Amino acid sequence: MTFNGWIQIALFCAIVIAMTRPLGGFLTSLATGGRNFLSPVLGGVERGVYTLCGVRAGDEQGWVGYATAMLIFKVMGFLLAYGVLRAQTLLPLNPDGQGAITPDLAYNTAISFLTNTNWQSYGGESTMSYATQMVALTVQNFMSAAAGIAIAMAFVRGFSRRSAKSIGNFWVDLTRVTLYALIPLCVVVTLFLVWQGVPQTLGGAVEVTTLEGAKQIIAVGPVASQEAIKMLGTNGGGFFNANSAHPFENPTALVDMVQMISIFSLGAALTNMFGRMVGSERQGWAIFAAMGLLFLAGVTVTYWAEAAGNPVLTALGVDGGMGNMEGKEVRFGIVQSALFTTVTTDASCGAVNSMIESFMPLGGMVAMVNMMLGELIFGGVGSGLYGFLLFAIVAVFVAGLMVGRTPEFLGKKIEAKEIKMTMLAILCLPLVMLGFTAIAVVVEAGTSALSASGPHGFSEALYAYVSAAANNGSAFAGVSANAPFWNTTLGIGMMIGRFFVIIPALAIAGSMAAKKAVPPSAGTFPTDGPMFVGLAIGVILIVGGLTFFPALALGPIVEHLALAAGQLF
Amino acid sequence: MITHLRPALVMIVLMTIITGLAYPLAMTGLAGALFPHQAAGSLVQRDNKVIGSSLIGQNFSGASYFHSRPSATTAPDPSDSAKTVAAPYNAANSSGSNLGPTAKALVERVKDDVVKLKLENPEGVVPVDLVTTSGSGLDPDVSPRAAMFQVPRVARARGLPEATVAALVTAHTQGRLLGLLGEPRVNVLALNLALDDIGK
Repeated sequence: MTFNGWIQIALFCAIVIAMTRPLGGFLTSLATGGRNFLSPVLGGVERGVYTLCGVRAGDEQGWVGYATAMLIFKVMGFLLAYGVLRAQTLLPLNPDGQGAITPDLAYNTAISFLTNTNWQSYGGESTMSYATQMVALTVQNFMSAAAGIAIAMAFVRGFSRRSAKSIGNFWVDLTRVTLYALIPLCVVVTLFLVWQGVPQTLGGAVEVTTLEGAKQIIAVGPVASQEAIKMLGTNGGGFFNANSAHPFENPTALVDMVQMISIFSLGAALTNMFGRMVGSERQGWAIFAAMGLLFLAGVTVTYWAEAAGNPVLTALGVDGGMGNMEGKEVRFGIVQSALFTTVTTDASCGAVNSMIESFMPLGGMVAMVNMMLGELIFGGVGSGLYGFLLFAIVAVFVAGLMVGRTPEFLGKKIEAKEIKMTMLAILCLPLVMLGFTAIAVVVEAGTSALSASGPHGFSEALYAYVSAAANNGSAFAGVSANAPFWNTTLGIGMMIGRFFVIIPALAIAGSMAAKKAVPPSAGTFPTDGPMFVGLAIGVILIVGGLTFFPALALGPIVEHLALAAGQLF
Repeated sequence: MITHLRPALVMIVLMTIITGLAYPLAMTGLAGALFPHQAAGSLVQRDNKVIGSSLIGQNFSGASYFHSRPSATTAPDPSDSAKTVAAPYNAANSSGSNLGPTAKALVERVKDDVVKLKLENPEGVVPVDLVTTSGSGLDPDVSPRAAMFQVPRVARARGLPEATVAALVTAHTQGRLLGLLGEPRVNVLALNLALDDIGK
């Protein structure tokens, strides 16, 4: 670990903190229906969308209506994405002649982009045409991100409203987030990326003769426009197989920094939006602080583990001073690789600028733990906020039990219904993650796809299902997941991980919105101070994390101990 | 539920037109107008022939060129399309090795590479980036130490004084951006092009 490394991490943190308030204020104006500086330009488009859709902007929905609208929209999105994927060979914009896509891969990919997971069982430049990348994948990158933010807005309205029957209008939230936040940000980021070297062309792969006279085929494409939303929407699905490790997706250290900031920016801003909407920005900063502390713990361990290097290689006479460089790019080095990996697994992004499978056992374990906690350390856009607030409900419930009072959160009583829904959302994740892993490591269809043996092979399977259910999408990429067993089970995991959290969350929003406010009293547990931050972190680690300890012991922990003893697999 | 069908259908069509067609196509037009070189892939020409991209690494095996890092990219086996064969710096199929830190295959590979590198430069200590594969398999850079490690071999093969070659490496070493971001590095293709220009 170097001084420069910590300065780079500190700079990243400072920029994210500085952006949280302004972006949070902007998102608040979107959630509360106000005008913003883009309204004069895009207001007409917004009204046109409502007219064509037959939506009246003032008509609000209860939680059932909101959830139904979201689900039907997802079904439409699935059908479109699946259709485009399957019809790839019939569609234009396929200069490199990519072949047909199998039904199980098309299903897995459509679900993956729909749920903001962006797990990729395929390599982009060798599988997907430009039309597929744009019409099937980029669209879902926007829509899954906008839907996530919309649901977070609806969830927050559950706390900010009193005795209300509705929690917003899904179509309005979706449209406003896409038009005013995602597209303008993406236009700016795309142009920045192209300036730095990310290609943006419809021309096919370029064939060159190298200095030594060999033939090299260089895949290009409309990369930058997809890259921008991939980061801002915490999607993470790469244009190329190597994702943000590929020099065309991530050509410079500056781009790398901007990509990491993009991943966190909207998730962090949503904490501020929450604070503003419930009437106290301190409430938002308390959440930000809890998330930030969990992030700092993760990045410290990962940076330490990777900077220390691989002792087995050092023993062969290699100068390990640069750290563990297998699977990492020279321009990023250890610190930006460790930081990126922590950021991408904290937020449910899943883009990678280095191969996480080649990380040291404890470095890879941090990535897994971040996802196992439920993607709430800033998290996926929207999903991070409502994921965290579910744990906040558990935290105030625990605090209420300790003093023997009915727990309340922001003036709303937390009762049996909310706790049941919260536990449903929280417990479905370990069930999917651990259940599917257990199946995959005993059946032939599962084990035959693993590239490693011993504890690392177990980690490969565990990582896959954790990543799918947490809607992250990064991988221990040695696993050959493009097979019916993996495509199917991972697809199921992604759907459960998304919708078995969203629907209980919206149900909670509906019942909270309907409640009357209770004025705070001497017995009210304040949720904007250090006590709450500590309690929330404790609950997240104990309820969210402890479940997974036995599985981690079988994978990365035993691998770490084996490595110390010099044992190879 | 029926009331949601029309908005859902119209919305997905509209959003596909806006975010799936208008946005990427407008960006392609704008990028091509503002930054045509980068938008096309930062291609490098010599003698009016495209010889690569400044951002994409190439495979160098001859003694007279600086070598890039090992690469784990593969290509379909010509004799059996279900299998793959090693194809370093295949820019149509980026990939890392995905070998874990305790993989026997990783340690065997590094052991072999260390032996080869020690033959080239018995005095030097092998830098770790010269025996590890990158995440993309297309890393265009090596660390300054990895370039310096290769100076004796390249100088010998070209019949140049080591000092001349070392000076070229220093001239092609890029520091951190603003002394802060990223890591110091040497672009191997640019360095080798400059090497070919010596004595021209």
